[in-house]
Amino acid sequence: MSLLNIVKKEVRELLTPATVLPVVLMFIIFAGMGNFFGEAAEKAKEMPKIGLACNDDGNASKIFVDVMKAYCNIVTWNNSIEEVKERKGFALIEVPSNFSSNIENFSKAGIKIYWVINDIGIANAFPYETIKNIIEIAEREIANNILEERKINASFVSNPINEEELTVFKEKEIDVSPSVILQFFSTQSTTVPIIVMIIILTSGGMVITSMGMEKENKTLETLLTLPVKRSNIIAGKIMGAAIVGFIIAMIYMAGFGYYISSFSGEKIDLSEYGFKLDILDYVFISLSLFSSLLAGLSLCIVIGAFAKNYKSAQTLTLPISALAIIPMFLIMFKGFASLPFSLKAIIFAIPFSHPMLAPSFLLLDAYSIVIAGITYSFIFSLICIAIAAYIFKTDLLLVGMMRNGKKLFWKR
Amino acid sequence: MKAIEVKNLVKRYGEFEAVKGVSFSVEEGEIFGLIGPNGAGKTTILRILATLIKKSDGEAKIFGLEVGINDDEIRKIISYLPEEAGAYKNMTGRQYLAFIASFFDEKEILQRGIEISKLGNRIDDKIENYSKGMVRRLLLARALMTMPKLAILDEPTSGLDVINANEIRKMIKRFAKEGMTFLVSSHNMLEVEYICDRIALIDAGRIIEIDEPEKLKEKYDAKNIEEVFIRAIK
Repeated sequence: MSLLNIVKKEVRELLTPATVLPVVLMFIIFAGMGNFFGEAAEKAKEMPKIGLACNDDGNASKIFVDVMKAYCNIVTWNNSIEEVKERKGFALIEVPSNFSSNIENFSKAGIKIYWVINDIGIANAFPYETIKNIIEIAEREIANNILEERKINASFVSNPINEEELTVFKEKEIDVSPSVILQFFSTQSTTVPIIVMIIILTSGGMVITSMGMEKENKTLETLLTLPVKRSNIIAGKIMGAAIVGFIIAMIYMAGFGYYISSFSGEKIDLSEYGFKLDILDYVFISLSLFSSLLAGLSLCIVIGAFAKNYKSAQTLTLPISALAIIPMFLIMFKGFASLPFSLKAIIFAIPFSHPMLAPSFLLLDAYSIVIAGITYSFIFSLICIAIAAYIFKTDLLLVGMMRNGKKLFWKR
Repeated sequence: MKAIEVKNLVKRYGEFEAVKGVSFSVEEGEIFGLIGPNGAGKTTILRILATLIKKSDGEAKIFGLEVGINDDEIRKIISYLPEEAGAYKNMTGRQYLAFIASFFDEKEILQRGIEISKLGNRIDDKIENYSKGMVRRLLLARALMTMPKLAILDEPTSGLDVINANEIRKMIKRFAKEGMTFLVSSHNMLEVEYICDRIALIDAGRIIEIDEPEKLKEKYDAKNIEEVFIRAIK
């Protein structure tokens, strides 16, 4: 009962408009950005508007014009840049009268492209790249036509080698390119670490802040003289912070997930090759996340015991941030397997690494390292909780560390 | 049974002795005052008896329960009001009292707390909107509503205006008459003289005198406790 009272009090103290509003704002920003990039990507799929002034009626120019008509929205056939501008076109392409004759004589044919910039911004760069790619298509079509006219198999000439790919990975032979496999695993090692990092940072910050606020608002002494066990106070603070941290992390992730999904292209599925997570794997991932969160929050309560107010609590979240961010970057950009032994040991020693690594390890059936990580995180939590319980039972929490009556950390 | 029994109590921080072998006892239903200048060791003694910090040496018992050994039991029968105590600002006065009451079994605690606080309709306002005096009244209500056997009050009227301070002094006297024991510390010698049955004068971690205020005034031929204190430490 007293534990539940502490949990409710913690949630009420931590879940305030001041903590929720910035997160909701972040959600709106992420969702807005996702929406914007999604729209930009959709727009990029649209046919770019161009003006096409063709002054040649030869065979090559006909092929060129047909390709341009197939892939572009021709807003004017006149040689008028003003009309292109007026109709929000991106380019005016002028085909000279000697275009086809030059090609027939094996002389390079020229075209003139007048680019029109309607607006600045990253999203506005897509149509120009698209137009250039379409011109390359037209160029290939003309080249193929030259070859066909000379009775040469154009498709063979342009692609004379037939590639048959077989990637050997973890004692399996998979008929896809290594880049596809690497992309599949990089998806696992990007999203999961970010989710874990956000949950650890928000919940951990909550615990440390809660301790700082108790001291700043001078409520800790009252709490410690109530008939409630110290272990319940510690557990209540951890559970309260975990609940609030989880709610906040979910709001963040909803916005972030929408933002990321606006970029993602086709989903890669390697389940037919055995690379899939089953129910047991998800149980392991949940256990890994839970043990890691428990370890993080236990560590935070030890650190939070040394916070003397809200401001110092904010500073004390820095080591936790570092411990969550370092493994995230190393796992995202380098991968665990390619790290030197010393870095592997450091990554393993940080409990937050394990849920970041777990999905990839489980996909590769490396259960032993996942179980070792979970066990390690639980042991780490128990040690931190024991230290926290010791601090809560001693004078350290209220008077800090003192020597000869002089403070080493603080004294109220 | 004595409410408080303290024998040769010592508190050290490294080589520094904040409390140097203090001994005193308090009878049940008595209002006992600790008075002395800043840094004399008053708050340290109160914090040890409130189970917040550990004693370095000596013995301290509350209603026969040994401090440092029976702390969980002691916390069920005491309440402690620190000098600079605060309350959870996001809560209303009622929510705060309900939170404290939730750790006790008695159902009437909350209603009693609301009555003691005398905050009227403001009990449902957020604590962050309370004046210093209102917060102190709420905290005193929190300390007394559970009807503890021993109330340890560190500077109970600290920061209060004359009217509020007077009300709180009357309240302490009323609860003492009903059988509650009080251990009070204060800088305010007149306040101590008014409310305490007996007082202990503390200086530099040592008790230099313990007796009833009237007897001390007589002993030192002083008009008030302030004069007693000045003469006693000479």
